[in-house]
Amino acid sequence: MKELQELAARLLTDGSAGVVIGYEEGPRGVRPAFVTRPDDVGRLIFDPRCVHNLATYLSPRRTHLKGLGRPAVVVKGCDARAVAGLLRESQLAREDVLLIAVRCGGVMRHPERHVDLRAETVADRCTSCDVREPHLFDFVVGEAPAAPPVTDRREARIRELEAGSPADRWAFWQEELSRCVRCHACRQACPMCFCERCVADKTQPQWVESSAHPRGVLAFHLTRAMHQAGRCVDCGECERACPADIPLGLLNRKLAHVVAERFGHHPSDDPSVPAPIGSYAQQDGQEFIL
Amino acid sequence: MATAAESLTAFEPRITAFVCNWCTYTGADLAGTSRLQMAPNVRIVRLPCTGRIDPLFVIKAFERGADGVIVSGCHPADCHYTAGNYHARRRFAVFRELLDFMGIDTRRVTFSWVSASEGGKWRDVVNETVGRVQALGPFEAYHELAGRQG
Repeated sequence: MKELQELAARLLTDGSAGVVIGYEEGPRGVRPAFVTRPDDVGRLIFDPRCVHNLATYLSPRRTHLKGLGRPAVVVKGCDARAVAGLLRESQLAREDVLLIAVRCGGVMRHPERHVDLRAETVADRCTSCDVREPHLFDFVVGEAPAAPPVTDRREARIRELEAGSPADRWAFWQEELSRCVRCHACRQACPMCFCERCVADKTQPQWVESSAHPRGVLAFHLTRAMHQAGRCVDCGECERACPADIPLGLLNRKLAHVVAERFGHHPSDDPSVPAPIGSYAQQDGQEFIL
Repeated sequence: MATAAESLTAFEPRITAFVCNWCTYTGADLAGTSRLQMAPNVRIVRLPCTGRIDPLFVIKAFERGADGVIVSGCHPADCHYTAGNYHARRRFAVFRELLDFMGIDTRRVTFSWVSASEGGKWRDVVNETVGRVQALGPFEAYHELAGRQG
């Protein structure tokens, strides 16, 4: 913590960063912090409640942050994948951002509801984490903590759905999606959903109905999931932002498995690894094509 | 499968076909000029390339009442734009799995490669798809979404 605060103060003082984007204690739990003055670095914290993927604030559609100067962002190993994604898709130049990587031992699923990090409370993504020692960074802070508790609940749910019939899956998703109010919080929270004009907002022609009508809701979620295929960094922000608790992570995870199995692609914090959709191989499988 | 065209009493599915201009559309044209008999249930939408076919097209077709969809274009290595069909192949490989995971029966969606000289193959693709969708019946689950209140 002290190491992080001292580093932030140094970056703000010597002018290499205009704003440090990190975490602070808020009235309702941990929240993102935007520290612009060296005197304020005492606000910065990092602990298992720091679930947010702050790479979202690097998205080019966050134009209001541009005026604060070059950002130094606190990233967990997984968040760095989102930064790599933005670099890969030319949404960000490497020299336009400083990355303060933190060694992370897992975060909580619902920090506002939990008190400590246990198998029941750990975020799904932390279980399969392979970047506890970050790879993409300018600075690394913190000691390597214990490995996060292991759970299998998300994979088990996917297998359970796959074992059922299409009618069962249809019923399951229609039930889940019936709560969607089309607030688009999943899109706004996502570091990889950076289009200036989302196809879901277009009205001429209107591809996706904008009201919370079941038809438009299904079209939106099919499209959102499809656009995340091979790009999702599995930060879980969509699911956390969802006010209706729709298990969007299941869709993202399922498609991550598909691109892993079919194209051998895994989310990477190396910006030079191409995204699977948008590239191709001549020997790609085509057993489903007549 | 020819029964699809012959039967008058059976359910007549509506099939939307998204085809590429250079191969499948020309192949379908050949099927027509060759006077090949095939099920009349398919409405063709011609696009420049399979790479132009957004998965949203398939969603929209179902929203507007299609019971089945065909997506067809040039064989690998034959794309007029070199690589459009390779991109489409990846996209639809993933989209198909997504449809399946969200409970949409993938037997309603046919993918095929039909070249400009394969009029006979186009007929087979059409008849096979129509027969399959006919057996599945109308896509009521999806069409009901339109009538349901949000």
